[in-house]
Amino acid sequence: MTEPIITFKNFSFKYDSQAFPTLQDINLTINRGEKILIAGPSGSGKSTIGRCINGLIPNIDTGTITGECLINGKNIKETDLFDLSFTTSTILQDTDSQFIGLTVGEDIAFALENDCRPQNKIRQTVHRWADKLEISDLLKQAPQSLSGGQKQTVALAGVLIDESPIMLFDEPLANLDPASGMKTMALIDQIQKELNATVIIIEHRLEEVLSQPIDRVVLVNDGKIIADKSPNDLLHQNKLEDIGVRSPLYLTALTKAGVDLDAIPDLTSIKALPDDEKIGQKLQKWADDASLTSKKEEKQPLLELKGVGHRYNHLQVNPLRDVTATINKGDFVSIVGQNGAGKTTLCRLICGFIPNEGKILFDDDDLSQYSIKQISEKIGYVMQDPNQMISQKMIFDEVALGLCLRGYSKDEIKDKVFKTLKICGLYPYRHWPISALSFGQKKRVTIAAILVLEPDVIILDEPTAGQDWKTYTEIMSFLKKLNEQGKTIMIITHDMYLMMEYTNRSLAFADGKLIADTEPIRLLTEKSLIKKASLKRTSLYDLAHKYNLRDPNYFVRAYVDSERTSQNA
Amino acid sequence: MHDQNQILGYQPGTSFIYQLNATTKLIFMLLVSAACMITYDTRFLLAICVFSIILFKEAQIKWSQISFIVKFIVAFMILNLIFVYLFQPTYGQEIYHSRSIIIHAGYFTLTIQEVFYLFNLLLKYICSIPIVLLFLLTTNPSQFAASLNKIGISYNISYAVALALRYIPDIQNSYWAISAAQQARGNELSKKAKLSQRIKGTLNIIMPLIFSSLERIDTISTAMQLRRFGSKKKRTWYVARSFKKEDYWVMGLSVLSILIVILLWQLNHGRFYNPFM
Amino acid sequence: MKKQGLSVKNVVAIGIGSAIYVILARFTSIPTPIPNTNIELVFPFLALFAAIYGAKVGFAVGFIGHTLSDFIMYGQTWWSWVLATGVLGLIIGLACKKLDLKNGIFGIKQILLFSITQIIANIIAWIIVTPIGDIIIYSEPVNKVFVQGISATLSNGITILIVGTLLLKAYAGTKIKKGSLRKED
Repeated sequence: MTEPIITFKNFSFKYDSQAFPTLQDINLTINRGEKILIAGPSGSGKSTIGRCINGLIPNIDTGTITGECLINGKNIKETDLFDLSFTTSTILQDTDSQFIGLTVGEDIAFALENDCRPQNKIRQTVHRWADKLEISDLLKQAPQSLSGGQKQTVALAGVLIDESPIMLFDEPLANLDPASGMKTMALIDQIQKELNATVIIIEHRLEEVLSQPIDRVVLVNDGKIIADKSPNDLLHQNKLEDIGVRSPLYLTALTKAGVDLDAIPDLTSIKALPDDEKIGQKLQKWADDASLTSKKEEKQPLLELKGVGHRYNHLQVNPLRDVTATINKGDFVSIVGQNGAGKTTLCRLICGFIPNEGKILFDDDDLSQYSIKQISEKIGYVMQDPNQMISQKMIFDEVALGLCLRGYSKDEIKDKVFKTLKICGLYPYRHWPISALSFGQKKRVTIAAILVLEPDVIILDEPTAGQDWKTYTEIMSFLKKLNEQGKTIMIITHDMYLMMEYTNRSLAFADGKLIADTEPIRLLTEKSLIKKASLKRTSLYDLAHKYNLRDPNYFVRAYVDSERTSQNA
Repeated sequence: MHDQNQILGYQPGTSFIYQLNATTKLIFMLLVSAACMITYDTRFLLAICVFSIILFKEAQIKWSQISFIVKFIVAFMILNLIFVYLFQPTYGQEIYHSRSIIIHAGYFTLTIQEVFYLFNLLLKYICSIPIVLLFLLTTNPSQFAASLNKIGISYNISYAVALALRYIPDIQNSYWAISAAQQARGNELSKKAKLSQRIKGTLNIIMPLIFSSLERIDTISTAMQLRRFGSKKKRTWYVARSFKKEDYWVMGLSVLSILIVILLWQLNHGRFYNPFM
Repeated sequence: MKKQGLSVKNVVAIGIGSAIYVILARFTSIPTPIPNTNIELVFPFLALFAAIYGAKVGFAVGFIGHTLSDFIMYGQTWWSWVLATGVLGLIIGLACKKLDLKNGIFGIKQILLFSITQIIANIIAWIIVTPIGDIIIYSEPVNKVFVQGISATLSNGITILIVGTLLLKAYAGTKIKKGSLRKED
C-alpha cells in the first residue's frame, strides 16, 4: 500500500529576497502513513521544504518555482493556503507564537472558529481532543502559564482537530526540557499510529528523534538532498558530522572505543545493539585506558547567595525561594531544571533587575547597595533573544554603547571595543550593520557588548537554544575560552550533554527551589533528582548499562574528558 | 517595580455583573457613556453618578484595585478644569445667559454660572468612569472581542482588539526585560537624568521592542493563516455566550437612558439644564 | 484572501501595534521643563507603524491603541483625541507607498516627504479634528481647545520630526542588502 502523498519532482525554489536558490533539484517522494525525519544544519533548506508542504511557499513567501511539488495530488503552485491547510497541519517551532487564543480552550478551537462551525460542535470537538491528550483540566488556563511540554501538547491539539492526513512538525524539540522532549516524541508516535497520518519532523537533534521509530531520514545540506535512507543505513554511512548534524552520542562512543560500526546490523537504538561481550570489553578497555585530567584548584568564593528569592505576584504558585549557594571564581556553572522552575528569575535577581528577598554578596560586598548599572560592571547578563538586547545599528556602536554611557574617552572606547571584538572573532565585521549577521554572530555581539565592561561573572540565558550543532559548538567553545581566561560563567541550559562537557558545576531547580548543587555528572546519577528537575540521562549511561561496564559514571566521565581534550587540540 | 506599574485589566470574579453577557455590558457602557456625552443636564448626570457608584458596590470591587487610577484621573481633571476657567472665565454666563458674581477679579471674575458649568463638566467626566472601570474589570477579553463582532464590527477588527488585549502583558514583560538590560548597559532612565539622556535611553528600549515585535507579527500572522484565519466571510467564537433574561433587562435600561436624554433635550431646549432662568 | 480589505498580516499588525501603543503611552511619556507638556514617544512609534503598514493599519493602531490606553489608564476616553490619533496614523500611512521603506531606502528625499506629511497630519489631527470634537462633545471654550491643539501640534510634530525620522532610518537600515558587505582585517 505505497501511495505517494507528497512528491517533489526536479523541484527548485528561489526566494525573491535572495540571490541564489534555497532548494535545488529536489526529488522526494513520501508515502501515505510514513514517518519521516528531515534533518540538516541551519540554512540547509530543510525548513524551506516544510514551507512547501504546508503551502506557505508560494502563497506567503514569494519566489520562483521550477519543477513540481504535489501535496495530496494538488500542485502547490495552484493551491491556495487555506485549501492546503486541510491537508497539512503544521506545528510551529515557537509554540508561544502559535498560541493566539487567550485560553487553551480558545486556542484549540481557533481553526474551527475560522471555519465558522457552530459553537456546540466546536466545544464537542475541543473536549474530545482535550480528553484524548489529557489536557482537559488546562482548558481555562492561559497558554503562557503552561510548562514547555504542556504547550507542545496544546499546540498539537490545536491542529489535530483538523484531522489532516499530513502532520508537519517544525523543530518540535527546540524549546523543551529533555524529559518533555522525550514525552513529545512518544506522543507524536502514538498519535500517528492511531490516525495513520503521514508525519514529517524537521529537526537537527537526531538522537532524540530516533528515540521513537522513524521510517526514513532525509538529510539536507546546501539546498540539496544528500541522503534519503532508513535511519539504520544513514547511521552506518557515518557522514552526519561532516555537514554539522550531531550523530548519536552512543555511536561516537563506540567509534572512540574502536568498535567497527559496519559489523553491527542495527544502529538505530541502544536496545537494538547486539549483546556482544566483545563490544563491552572494548568499551571497558577504552574507559580503563583513559586517564582523567583532574583539575584541583584553590577555590575562592566570588558570589554568595543567601536565602535569595522573589515572588512576582500573589497568584504565583511556586515562586523562587530560599536559594543559598556560593559561586567560586573561575566556575563554569550550569543552571538546569524544568521550564518555569525559577532559573531565569534567579539570574535576573543576581543582576538586580528585580527585588530580592535574601542577600547576595559579591567579593564580600553586599550587592543591594548598588544600582543595576553598578552591578553590571561586576556581573553581566546576556538575554536569550539577542534581538531584545540590540539597540544600535552598527556592531561597533552596539559594543561601545556601555562605554559611551560611562563617559570613557573616544580613544579608550576604540581601544577596548577593538580588543573585545578580536576576542569575539567579530573584528573583521566591525563596520557591518548588525542586521547582516547570523544568529550565532548576533549572539556574540551581545556577549561582546557585555564583555567590554569587563565583568567578572557573565550569566547567559539559554545561549544555544534552537541552534544547530555548528552554531552550538561555535558559541560554547567561545564561552569555554572566556572561562579559561578567568571569567566566571553561569548558563541556563536544557542540554544535558552541554552541561556535562562544558560546565564544572550544576545548580538544579524544581518548583522554585534549589534541589541540587553538585558536579554535572553526579546530578545525572540520582534518579530522584533527574525526575524532579525534568532532566534526562544521556545515552552514554544506557550504553554503559547495556554492556555492564564496571562504573558507568567513570565511563561517561572518560568520554566527556576525551571530547574536551580533542576540542582543545 | 512591576507592582506599581500594574495596568488595569480583567480580574475573575463571581458577582452579578460577571454573569452578564459581554455584548450586553458593551452596549450598556457605550449607550450610557454616549448619553453622558450628549447631555449637560445636571440632574441626569448626578443620577448616573449615584447609579454607577451603587453598581460598583454591588460588584464587590475593592478600592485597592482601582485607587491608583482614581488618583490619576482626579489630578488630571482638576488641571483641565483650571485650564477651562483660565481661558474663558465668562463661558458659564454665556451658556446660562445670566451673571451672578462671587469674586470680583477683573478678567478672572468668578461667577456662579461659571462654577456651575465647571461642576457640570466635572460630572460629565466622572459619572461614566465607574461604569467603564467595571466593564474592564469584569469582562473577559475574548468575550469582549466576540461581542464587538456581534454588534456589527468586522471580525478582523474584533480579532485585532482581542490580539491587542492578549499581547499587552507580553509586550509589557518584554518592555521591562529590555529596560533592565539597557540599564545594566548604563542607560540612565531615572528622573535625575537630563532630558536628552532620558529620550536617548528610552529610545534604546523602544527600538529593540519594536523590531523584535515586527518579527513577532510575521510569525503570528503565519500561524494564523496556517489555521485558516480570514478564509471565510464570518467566523464563530468559542467563548460567545447566549443572551439571558437579565441581559435584555440591562439592554432595555441602556436604551432608556438614551430616551431620557432625548426627552431632556426637548425639555431644556438644548443640552444644558439652566436653573438660572 | 487578497480580495478582502485587511490582510491577516495587517490584522496582526493592528493587534500587536495597539498593544505596543498602550505600553509606550503608559511608560514612555517624558516630562519636559515646559509645564503640562510631555514628550510622547508613542507618536514616533505610530508614525513608524503607519509608514511600514500603511494608512488602514495606521488609523486602526492609533484609534484602538489610544482608546485602550485611555480606558486602561483613566477609565475614560476622550473621543476627540482618540479620533485625532487615528487620523494622524491615517495620513502618515498614506505616504507609505511613496516612502518604500521595505527596500531600505530612506534618503534626503524620503526624509523630506515624511517630514512634510507628518506636519500636515499633526495640523489636521490636533488643530482641526480635536478642537472641533472637544467643542461638539464637551462644549469647552473655543480658545482653550485651539491653544491646546496648537501646543499638541508643536510638541508632537517636533517629537516625530526628530525621533520618528530616527526610527524610520533605523528601520530602513535593517533592510540593507547583504551583498554589499566585505570583511576587513
